[in-house]
Amino acid sequence: MAVITIANLTKQFGGLIAVENLDLEVKEQSIHSIIGPNGAGKTTLFNCITGFYRPEIGDILLDDHSLVGLLPDQIVRHGIARTYQNIRLFPDLTAMENILVGMHSHLRAGYFGTVLGLPAMRKEEKDANEEALRLLKFVNLAGKGDLLAKNLPYGNQRRLEIGRALATRPKVLCLDEPAAGMNPRESQDLMDFIRHLRDALGITIFLIEHQMRVVMGISEKVTVLDYGKKIAEGTPAEVQANPLVIEAYLGRGSATQASAA
Amino acid sequence: MNPVATQGFPSIRLGLIGGASLVLLSLIGMVEAFNQREIVSDVISMGQTLLLFTAVFIAYLAAIRGRERGQRQVFGAGITAGLIMAGLLALLVLLGHGVNMRQVFINASPALFQTLIFQQEELWAGIGLLLLAGAVTGLSAGLLCLLPGQLRHFLISGLCSVAIVGLLQDMIAPVLSEWGPLADLNDLLFPGNGLSVSGAIGLFIAVVVLTAVWSFKGQAMQTRIQALPPRSRRGLNLAAVLVGVCVLLVLPQVLGLFLSEVMTIIGLYVLLGLGLNIVVGFAGLLDLGYVAFFAIGSYTQAILTSPELGFFNWNFWQALPLAVFFGVMAGVILGVPVLKMRGDYLAIATLGFGEIIRILVLSDFLRPWLGGAQGIGKIPKPEIAGFEFATPPQLYYLILAGCVLVWFISWRLRDSRLGRAWMAVREDEDVAQAMGINLVATKLLAFATGAGFSALSGAIFATKLGSVYPHSFNVMISINIICVIIVGGMGSMPGVTVGALALVGLPELLREFADYRLLVYGAALVAMMLLKPEGLWPEPTRQRELHEVEIAAEPAPLAEEPVGPRS
Repeated sequence: MAVITIANLTKQFGGLIAVENLDLEVKEQSIHSIIGPNGAGKTTLFNCITGFYRPEIGDILLDDHSLVGLLPDQIVRHGIARTYQNIRLFPDLTAMENILVGMHSHLRAGYFGTVLGLPAMRKEEKDANEEALRLLKFVNLAGKGDLLAKNLPYGNQRRLEIGRALATRPKVLCLDEPAAGMNPRESQDLMDFIRHLRDALGITIFLIEHQMRVVMGISEKVTVLDYGKKIAEGTPAEVQANPLVIEAYLGRGSATQASAA
Repeated sequence: MNPVATQGFPSIRLGLIGGASLVLLSLIGMVEAFNQREIVSDVISMGQTLLLFTAVFIAYLAAIRGRERGQRQVFGAGITAGLIMAGLLALLVLLGHGVNMRQVFINASPALFQTLIFQQEELWAGIGLLLLAGAVTGLSAGLLCLLPGQLRHFLISGLCSVAIVGLLQDMIAPVLSEWGPLADLNDLLFPGNGLSVSGAIGLFIAVVVLTAVWSFKGQAMQTRIQALPPRSRRGLNLAAVLVGVCVLLVLPQVLGLFLSEVMTIIGLYVLLGLGLNIVVGFAGLLDLGYVAFFAIGSYTQAILTSPELGFFNWNFWQALPLAVFFGVMAGVILGVPVLKMRGDYLAIATLGFGEIIRILVLSDFLRPWLGGAQGIGKIPKPEIAGFEFATPPQLYYLILAGCVLVWFISWRLRDSRLGRAWMAVREDEDVAQAMGINLVATKLLAFATGAGFSALSGAIFATKLGSVYPHSFNVMISINIICVIIVGGMGSMPGVTVGALALVGLPELLREFADYRLLVYGAALVAMMLLKPEGLWPEPTRQRELHEVEIAAEPAPLAEEPVGPRS
């Protein structure tokens, strides 16, 4: 069952076509990776899915609902959460507050209820705090809730950002280069964590990644983009053997040399 | 290498900067104007104090630079800076004696030069004394620098208290003299213009002892309070709040008419500040046209109540909800077109909105309804069951009630879902939206809440003055409120109060020096940004962040730390 269906998607910036006629299906509860050289349109695709960009042509479906034309805050309520290539936490809020902001759309507290301190609002706030603490523990940040996000070490920030995305209770989690800047051991831990996420929470992971070790290690399906077009799709092994992929990464002629060797 | 060349340079530079500041303070007339007030009778005047504090501060900075190069450089650096500052002042005096500068600097009077050379008859003796004073200043700054940190803290607290008490003598003396036993103290402290010598010394010693006791015992007391069970700690907090409320309630009875009036002005600014704090401090939307909502509140109140226009003739309480409502609506109306704007663009657009409102109320076109340049008068005072809020002490209670209400709403909202949404928008609008926050609703609620508070303040302002005029609502009010928030601490509610006391209360108390108000404002803002960018009373988390950079600087244990739970 496809949870995200992208049909004939095109996004242009002036004369530059960032994504062109893209068709893509992401299976439910799968780990699906997007790879491609720099400027291939991977992050643009993420921005289209999460509502930051509005595509010119084509459709994006979550289950059966079209997401095109919705605002980012509406899309996250439909169940798609994301992280960013260069971490974008709320730097001057504490780790705990970052998570609580992620839970925004699940809380009901209104203006006057808050001012009057109605019992329902107090209970909701207490429950939200407990859930946030559980989430902090889940991303291995227990006890760091009171630290400002910007004072956390890099690895912690990455995990806090994932925790904040999980706080929106997503069906699909879009991770934009989660292993950027990590050493082999850390990326191994990250891979374990992503698998654990999928198994424990039953969500779909949609991933952009540059580190081939990570991509090939955890993906069930890999889609390769180059100049905004899909040039290959399949299991990691299939994609690695595809001459078009080798050409896109290493340049024309490399594929023939590789097959000759 | 020449030791002077390597070690003297920072102190020479600082000395030149300090000297230039002192010459400027003298030439713009601050020293002379401040000389009318004595801090300690016949010992030191306010003008001299101003020069002395500046000089000591600069020499102290030089001494600190010197200390980085070894203990022995401290005095050298301090004295160098002190001598350069005194030298520049001496040059000014010599120049003043040779050339008539009053064509350009009207304040460069012989009286000023006499002050600078300590009223000496002989010019050269005076200049020698000035240079000696510079050297002594540098020497004492060096000593101050070498003292252990705590002792230095006590001394500076003591000196500053004496200066502040001397500065505010006109307020303190009348209040003290009304209270039987304190009246004797008053005679002891303030025999004439300024503190008595014995009074100043007594005050200095008392403050030093108090700060010393607090710094040694305070820590222990705080840890003991921390160790209490949560229930009794909450009881203690409640008791503190109750004491605070009692103090606030009896304040106008103690302070008398003039100071109560000052308190009402401060209170109105606290109301305005708390409102703008929601817009600027919480939601990060820089609104420079905030005075518009103040004006809308005032004018709504005036139109609905004033018999001069005779439209409605309502009483205060009937008109108040409508004034606040119109403020809120104006907040939404301003909010809608500027939703997509950020930072500088938002500031400019809101600035324009503020001016539009001011020009509208000033216009002849709307004169039949808004009174034009003559404004609207005869606005009735509020009344509850025959009790009229007419005098400043009575109005004080009305404003206090408003402040408490607005404070409560701000406090409830800050730690709620909405407050977090505001702060998320302040930190990163795009990400906030990607976390499910509806930007339109969130921003409009911030504008509307802030505008409502401002309109409330405006309505009370109108009834307090009894009349409204367009010129009460110029852009300086908006700027003042922004300054109050910045100086107090962005996003901090106690900070707004402290900022209003410092930036609105103090200038009201020092009315006779109103000429220099903006100068001091500017200097205070620059000094705040350099020395305490988080504000006088920042939010607890913000304080932690700016002053404990060590936490952030701690090397990130990347390699050892697992990235996720290992199952």
